[in-house]
Amino acid sequence: MDLISTDVVIVGAGGAGIRAAIAAVEADPSLRVALLSKVYPMRSHTVAAEGGAAGVVKDNDSLDNHFHDTVSGGDWLCDQDAVDLFVNEAPRELVQMEHWGCPWSREPSGKVAVRPFGGMKIERTWYAADKTGFHMLHTLFQTSLKYPSIERFDEYYSTDLLVEDGRCVGVLAIEMRSGRVVAFKANAVVIATGGAGRIFPFTTNGAVKTGDGMAMAYRAGVPLKDMEFIQYHPTGLPGTGILITEGSRGEGGILVNKDGYRYLQDYNLGPPDPWPRKKAMELGPRDRLSQAFWHEQQKGRTIRTPHGDVVHLDIRHLGEKKIDERLPMVRELARAYVGVDPVHEPIPVRPVVHYTMGGIHTDIDTATPLAGLFAAGECACVSINGANRLGSNSLAEILVFGARAGRAAAAFASAAPAGAFHAAANGAEAAHARLTALFMREDGTESVSRLRKAMNETMETGAGIYRTERSLQETCRMLAELRARYQRVELVDRSNVFNTDLIQVLELGSMLQVAEAMAHSALRRKESRGSHQRLDHPERDDDGYLRHSLASCRGEDLPAIDYCDVTITRSQPAQRVYGGAAA
Amino acid sequence: MTETVTLEVLRYRPETDSEPHFQTYTAPYNEDWVVLDALNHVKDHVDQTLSYRWSCHMAVCGSCGMMINGEPKLSCHAFLRDYRGKTIRIEPLDHFPIERDLVVVMDSFMAKLSSVKPYLIPKPEKPLDDGEHLQTPLQLMAFKQYTQCINCLLCYAACPQCGLNDDFVGPAALALAHRYNLDSRDAGKDDRTGVVASNPGVWECTFVGACSDVCPKHVDPAAAIQQTKISASLDWFKAKLMPGASP
Repeated sequence: MDLISTDVVIVGAGGAGIRAAIAAVEADPSLRVALLSKVYPMRSHTVAAEGGAAGVVKDNDSLDNHFHDTVSGGDWLCDQDAVDLFVNEAPRELVQMEHWGCPWSREPSGKVAVRPFGGMKIERTWYAADKTGFHMLHTLFQTSLKYPSIERFDEYYSTDLLVEDGRCVGVLAIEMRSGRVVAFKANAVVIATGGAGRIFPFTTNGAVKTGDGMAMAYRAGVPLKDMEFIQYHPTGLPGTGILITEGSRGEGGILVNKDGYRYLQDYNLGPPDPWPRKKAMELGPRDRLSQAFWHEQQKGRTIRTPHGDVVHLDIRHLGEKKIDERLPMVRELARAYVGVDPVHEPIPVRPVVHYTMGGIHTDIDTATPLAGLFAAGECACVSINGANRLGSNSLAEILVFGARAGRAAAAFASAAPAGAFHAAANGAEAAHARLTALFMREDGTESVSRLRKAMNETMETGAGIYRTERSLQETCRMLAELRARYQRVELVDRSNVFNTDLIQVLELGSMLQVAEAMAHSALRRKESRGSHQRLDHPERDDDGYLRHSLASCRGEDLPAIDYCDVTITRSQPAQRVYGGAAA
Repeated sequence: MTETVTLEVLRYRPETDSEPHFQTYTAPYNEDWVVLDALNHVKDHVDQTLSYRWSCHMAVCGSCGMMINGEPKLSCHAFLRDYRGKTIRIEPLDHFPIERDLVVVMDSFMAKLSSVKPYLIPKPEKPLDDGEHLQTPLQLMAFKQYTQCINCLLCYAACPQCGLNDDFVGPAALALAHRYNLDSRDAGKDDRTGVVASNPGVWECTFVGACSDVCPKHVDPAAAIQQTKISASLDWFKAKLMPGASP
């Protein structure tokens, strides 16, 4: 096993990880930063974000508006001090992206353009056509090349945090091209590995989003917060789950059922006119829209297709010119993957797992309870997203909290150089031995793809848009069984060079742990709030559950679920109001 | 009987194989499937040892470039229906060393990308407190198509020059340099000229145009390279004819 010593290790090179790396070296140019990722940075899933990034810049808007939209959008489960900080810092971060060359779409005057987004009272979403995440990721990656003290370790798969005397002092990783196992020793570690949508069968998330960082922190004793809150995006393409951006509704697209009826008016989101109108109908929040689909489906008013039931997203009235200017990728994707040209036909769409609101428990400065460990982006839960994230807050979140994580890790690394590396070295040896044992084992019987499929199915049936005590209990039972079977997982490929069989086995192990945290947190939350909807507990229960859940790993045993307080500063919990009443 | 598709996949495991060879697999045929879906079927149900890169399955992350029946393609954007009735031959991208199976070594590309200084070099630096630079839609249009590159490397696999000369900076990296040179906020063209207008830079290109033909994002690297050649020539003439004048 090789040892590489550095000052700060960042695991994950998507938007949050690269932003953290740049912030760390700008805070202290003498620091060495090792940026590890299981893929090349431009493959990270930030690349697939489409609609935009929220930040208040226009005269008709205010930070207060953004704050209130976010807090009510999150069904009051957001920490309000964190939301205040977030809305304050987002505009400056977006300007910083502009200064780094991000090709934001513009007004005729040359100023940055903004578009309306779901649950937002005023249009405040900065966009680069409908490839905002792609442009942000490439801008960040290309800008990072300016900084020689950022050393990239592309295609290194991190497996374990290394801990010395209650402090995180590094990570263990596999160099994928060689199979070499490397211990990275550092004064501070940032996790920025994104979400875990691949736990579900039907998701917008790319293959990389397997919750590795969440699981790594969880195994090291850091709780996962609010894991029961999984966002279904209302508009994914049937079959593939490819995301059709909320920007298409921001630009004026409508959703209709099989009768051509704008069904959202039946779910406290109407009346349909005047249109377009903020925080109403198709510009309601994602949780409400995905839930409305479920009800339409129950009523038999959705459209049958070989890939499941759909409704229609109609953007024809925008016209070819506007579609090509504002939504070119939507047109390309719909034509290629469902054979529909949205200029002439409506797009079939259905709800699809998109985002994990929960994640690694951090404070407002991105610090986790484990000293020296920080987390930012989708893998983390600060929490600004509460029980339901508003579209376009996550691209701003990776910048604001990515930068904060970089600065916090730099400050921590400078102030407290790591000393001993004894227990950590032993931990690294033990982790290495586990990998070797997995690699050498001859008695594996369980196939990785079969276990993964069973996990996907039980999460969808038991922990989907609507849940019950019974469905969740069955999912928890099945996950325990799958974790037991995982102990006998079979590794077929025994080569050292780019062994994707090994990586898939390790990813499945992470996903099963994170799935268990999700299902048990959901089972224990006997109320309905935001994206967590219980048919057997249909009301929100502030007395019982206006609290963050914290799932803690107990080895092979079931996770322990505890709670901590939500920070409420100036917005007392109230009813969420959308549609005509929100005007 | 269910319709199937036959895949001939290039295999190479450096620890055990002395040279690459083809292995044949069968996967179900599905009208909606792309070649990547068929590979994933093989990986999940037939042969766990097959290695390839992929992630987004929507033609934006750039991971899954491969030679498919001799043409560089994103396997997530190559539909089985376009190969119906034919055997599909899948190989790693041309002009790159093979690391393992369909996985190529990308080191040279990453170094070339870095070498063209693909980031904004503004002069003077604008303070953040002064807000955004103004840039009209027309100014954005001047470089926008060159921002669309997803670094999928298809253009390197298609370019005959990349096959002949390992040092050629290549289409994607040169197009990216051009993207920043054309950006109204940038003043870094002179900083990039050293690499871009050098011998392994634009002058190596023989204007076959294959790079632009295969680009899945409709970027036109060939045009970027020709425009850079003209601009570099003008700069050279200006420097010769008007010594002291800024190029």
